[in-house]
Amino acid sequence: MANATMMGPPAETQPATGVYNGKVGMWIFLGSEVMFFTALIGSYIILRFAHPEQWATPGQALNIPVTAVNTFLLICSSVTMVKAFAAIQDGDQKGLRMWLVATVLIGATFVSVQVYEYVHLAHLGLLPSGYREGSDLANAAASGVAWKAGPALPAAVGLYGTTFYTMTGFHGFHVTMGVLCMAFVTWKAFNGKYTVADHRGVEVIGLYWHFVDLVWIILFTIVYLM
Amino acid sequence: MEGSKHKHPPYIAIFVALTILTVGELFVAFLPWGRTTLIVILLFLAVWKALMVALYFMHLRFEKSPVRILAAAPLPLTVIVVIAVMTEFRW
Repeated sequence: MANATMMGPPAETQPATGVYNGKVGMWIFLGSEVMFFTALIGSYIILRFAHPEQWATPGQALNIPVTAVNTFLLICSSVTMVKAFAAIQDGDQKGLRMWLVATVLIGATFVSVQVYEYVHLAHLGLLPSGYREGSDLANAAASGVAWKAGPALPAAVGLYGTTFYTMTGFHGFHVTMGVLCMAFVTWKAFNGKYTVADHRGVEVIGLYWHFVDLVWIILFTIVYLM
Repeated sequence: MEGSKHKHPPYIAIFVALTILTVGELFVAFLPWGRTTLIVILLFLAVWKALMVALYFMHLRFEKSPVRILAAAPLPLTVIVVIAVMTEFRW
């Protein structure tokens, strides 16, 4: 099943790797992104080990149900992305366009839900710098009462807020850029730029999009569930 | 020339598996077990899901070895960094 014609268009491939430049370039770029998110996650681990008292219990401050749905959405967008790629491999222009539009819409929805989550969190009282003075969370933390069927909230959450907004913020930025690039690829698809013989743009943006989904799978587990 | 029908990887099956594992994670996260046990199980599930995305959606399972080597190249660094920062406090 795994042969050159299935996996890649018969574009000009490089002798060393057997694939075209765009794909090699994207994989190298994704390698640098792995290092980027590794640095963020590494810092997160160090800060959390150093100051565990600043972390709230899972589900106390962050909205896990909403984020779980958002995670499911991102998984769905990975499926629509591979369906788009499969469609153009089969020469199905209509399928390509339909699935690309679906991917753009779901990706944009993911970003919107994340913006809603941020606004809600800021209103509740968790900011990058910690508690917002006078907020529900700040008052609950100061009074030491149990919060949301959990233990009392941490006295200070500066590191919790900083790491949360930094990691999910950078990921959200990556998703936003992905949606914009996907919109561009979709526009080209509607102009018939991709064919069975050459659909490199679809494959390359697909690699990026799946990578963004893959990172969120890790982040969702580390940031929300632990 | 319309494209001949390729045999595509089992995308929908992977999608169902990812969904089930995500629901499984949500279930595990709130079990009354020891923290370390929960963390190990959650990380295992997350890595499993990530691998499925990489192997089937990013097609690494069907790629030639130069591309696989390229894709795997940064992973040793990730393991080194995570182990290094964790040992900062444990040993």
